[in-house]
Amino acid sequence: MSDLEIVKEFLVESYENLDRLDRDLVALEKDPGNPQILASVFRTIHTIKGTSGFLAFNKLEAVAHVGESLLSRLRDGLLVLNSEITSALLAMVDAVRQILGSIDSTGSEGERNDQELIANLTRLLQAKTAANPISGPAPVQAECQAEDHGEDQAEDQPKDLPPPGPAKPQDAVEAQNLPQQARGQSASDSTIRVDVAQLDRLMNRMGELVLLRNQIVQFTNSSENNGLLATSQRLNLLTTELQEGVMKTRMQPIGNIWSKFPRTVRDVAQGCGKQVRIEMEGKETELDKTIIEAIKDPLIHIVRNSVDHGIESPEVRIAAGKSPEGQLSLRAFHEGGQVNIEISDDGAGLDQERIRNKALQKGLVTADQAARMTEREITNLIWLPGFSTAEKVTNVSGRGVGMDVVKTNIEKIGGTVDLQSKPGRGSTVRMKIPLTLAIIPALIVTTAGDRYAIPQVSLLELVRLEGEQARKGIELVNGAPVYRLRGRLLPLAYLIRELKIETAASSSPGSEVASKDLDFTIARDEHRAWIRTLQQVLGEKLGMTPEEAGYPEKCALGQWLYPVGLKEYGAFSEIRALEDIHKHFHALVRETLNLKQQGDLARAAQELGNVERTSERIMKLLTAVENRVLESENANIVVLRADDQQFGLVVDEINDTEEIVVKPLSKQLKSINTFAGATIMGDGKVALILDVLGLAQRANVVSEARDRTGADQDEKQTLGADEGYQRNAVLLFQYGANGRMAIDLSLVARLEEFPRETIEVAGDREVVQYRGQIMPLIRVSDVLENKRSPAGEGSQESLHVVVYADQGRSSVGLVVDRILDIVEESYVMHRQEGRTGTLGSAVIQKRVTDILDVPGLIAAAERRPLAAGASA
Amino acid sequence: MANIQQFCTFFLKDQFFGVPVQKVQEVIRYQEMTRVPLTPPVIRGLINLRGQIVLAIDLRRRFAMEDRPETQLPMNVVVRTEDGPVSFLVDEIGDVLEVDEESFERPPDTVERQTRELVLGVYKLRERLMLVLDTERAVGGEDGGVRKAS
Repeated sequence: MSDLEIVKEFLVESYENLDRLDRDLVALEKDPGNPQILASVFRTIHTIKGTSGFLAFNKLEAVAHVGESLLSRLRDGLLVLNSEITSALLAMVDAVRQILGSIDSTGSEGERNDQELIANLTRLLQAKTAANPISGPAPVQAECQAEDHGEDQAEDQPKDLPPPGPAKPQDAVEAQNLPQQARGQSASDSTIRVDVAQLDRLMNRMGELVLLRNQIVQFTNSSENNGLLATSQRLNLLTTELQEGVMKTRMQPIGNIWSKFPRTVRDVAQGCGKQVRIEMEGKETELDKTIIEAIKDPLIHIVRNSVDHGIESPEVRIAAGKSPEGQLSLRAFHEGGQVNIEISDDGAGLDQERIRNKALQKGLVTADQAARMTEREITNLIWLPGFSTAEKVTNVSGRGVGMDVVKTNIEKIGGTVDLQSKPGRGSTVRMKIPLTLAIIPALIVTTAGDRYAIPQVSLLELVRLEGEQARKGIELVNGAPVYRLRGRLLPLAYLIRELKIETAASSSPGSEVASKDLDFTIARDEHRAWIRTLQQVLGEKLGMTPEEAGYPEKCALGQWLYPVGLKEYGAFSEIRALEDIHKHFHALVRETLNLKQQGDLARAAQELGNVERTSERIMKLLTAVENRVLESENANIVVLRADDQQFGLVVDEINDTEEIVVKPLSKQLKSINTFAGATIMGDGKVALILDVLGLAQRANVVSEARDRTGADQDEKQTLGADEGYQRNAVLLFQYGANGRMAIDLSLVARLEEFPRETIEVAGDREVVQYRGQIMPLIRVSDVLENKRSPAGEGSQESLHVVVYADQGRSSVGLVVDRILDIVEESYVMHRQEGRTGTLGSAVIQKRVTDILDVPGLIAAAERRPLAAGASA
Repeated sequence: MANIQQFCTFFLKDQFFGVPVQKVQEVIRYQEMTRVPLTPPVIRGLINLRGQIVLAIDLRRRFAMEDRPETQLPMNVVVRTEDGPVSFLVDEIGDVLEVDEESFERPPDTVERQTRELVLGVYKLRERLMLVLDTERAVGGEDGGVRKAS
């Protein structure tokens, strides 16, 4: 081993040792008399001191030496560990780390002065002891001696050995052996160090192999050679196993990063004057090394945040009836092909008001928005860049760059992060991260002739709707397509639309059948072309007889309409209209040519005008029919999960599931959030990998913030009735010249029409005799606009009345301008304060419609003062 | 002693271009491309170059020239850039030429701006002019657009 290699070894092992020291010191602080931990800490410092001396790192040795002496006194019970000493020792650990860092980068210890630290440690170690010595110093020493001499690891077997001599070389050599055995203790198998870069290269080669395997499998699948098939099958299995094996080598337990947290938590807690206990569950959960690197900083930030902002000071906690010591829990587990990491604290949770105000202050939301935001939306404000409710920027957190960076970093590796909070009780941050980045199983789909890969981790299920099912199953809500999946509404997105690919229904060249699909672009072009042709004929540039003009059945549209279009889509009025107009169009064309042939140019020109107008109508109908065709063809719906919400992606075809190698996109394409990468398929062609979350956001099928009540914060999110989608039957009536209003149908008893003559006046009210009662009439527009129409007014012969019968009371007739329709639709009602008589407004049948508050209206009507001249 | 440089040359319509040989990784015939939706038309798609996925940029479109006729298949000039190889689609490949530094000139101001931004200069050869493509600029920025000069 060369000098350089020895130093490198030393550094690597020392870093590990320092991490352990952090953990041990924090644990020791809570349990100062613990002999095992004391021994372990002493051993570690001793090792560092020894080796640094051997390697002539004098500054390091000086620092470690003082530390060792201090620890010696602790170990011997002459001093008891307290907060101050712990902090000093931790400071020593940091100093050692810094020196090591310097050695690592420059090869030397650098210019540094640790005098202050050394003086502090010296002072502490010289302090008169106040506490009792630990019992049994002898066994402890014996244990240490056993370790020092590189003997058997069993800690509870003190051996008869000569006391440790100050002989440095011996110490140093033993110190070298020591870490190995110490490590041997923690890992039950023998382990080996491998350079991460080496593993990366291995992974790359593995990726190439998977691609080649895919290609070979494709070729052999079309072969008849049994031997070849069998061999390729074995190759297939072997490659899969190899791939899994290589991936495993890169997996590391998350405990590796978690192990630093006890120290972090202690430091932060001390710094803020809080008491925090940390608990970790699932340390052994394994993640790919690159992922661990990516989430390390986000996790640290969240942990710091929880201690700094989440958990309250002991006094506040006691006042709130909690124990003075806060608890921070970390949980990690595998689920659904992802790694879940949860960080919860039992602190104060998020202060909604403060967040709202802070956001207002920073101009991140308008006052209007802020007033209307739900709890969930406010919580999600913390993910915005520049957001922080910390009053002062402490060293720890609160710089306002934290949470948005956390979210970005997690999402960059394909994960999701979510925060939930219960005021007074605490908060929980949940992260979900894919298990591996490089090789993933994916579903291959085809749209518009191109293949796309959808990572299986986001895939929930596949739904195929055929013909009639597709037509009926896909419903429109405000123009947005949805499908009822087992009772819940699933928002749909059409991949072809999201990718903005031209919607010429594809007709693949070489299909034998007169294509079932119509190229609408061609149809449109053809009919436009007729105009030009006719113009040329009239202008004598071209000759054409009426016979040559052909018949409706002959043109592309006709060829589709008659055998296919009318049969499949005949139910739609647009198609029937199209057929009519199309026949008319061709008749006009022939007529134009006829007139030209007869020499009547004037009328021919006129007829051309008609042709043009008809052509316009054809264009419109073609588009309408095209939409119908697109929407009503067989639908292949891929149900996907994005960020805890579901949506359906409609594609042309669903192909296989395959394992694909994820290749990153080049810089120019990275910004398109719809694509997560690219891959090479078995046939050598490139296919794009869809980014499910990006696609969902682009299609607006997931919203940034979701409206949830506090009650179902713990439940899985579902899309359905509790979302504010009310599916109700409403009566629509005309209000004023152009307005509309709606009444919930459940409130409508009957619809009546009363001739003007039957309206009578009682008091100052209009009434009508109705079913043996005298029913008062309320003019809706009068009440809402606070005016009064003269009794009996109305331009119509009769009044349209919606009869409302409140149980137990008599009926009331609501006079409206015109009853329009009764519809059943899902809509989201936007409530508005301060408008008497309306509950709110919603978009129904694509129009903004106010929803009548019937009881409110009636009450308002009754409150109105009597008209002048009426008898009191 | 004149300073000699070697250039890989190609044609775009009637324009003659060159790229220093060190910048060119390889020149290959037309490769089937996978189109990338939602990108500007200048990005024609992705090609599979021995297992590596390489972006293909249509230089005609980059220079706002009309598209080549459908029956004419482009050639690929794969250049090395800061962020990896990128392929330029060109009409025809020319020879590797040696040119004299002395004959280099910056493009005159009369050349319209878009071309000027993409061209480092001109070599005055005996029979024709060779435009030197600015590969980094031609490759474009993050949105596929040309990196703008300030």
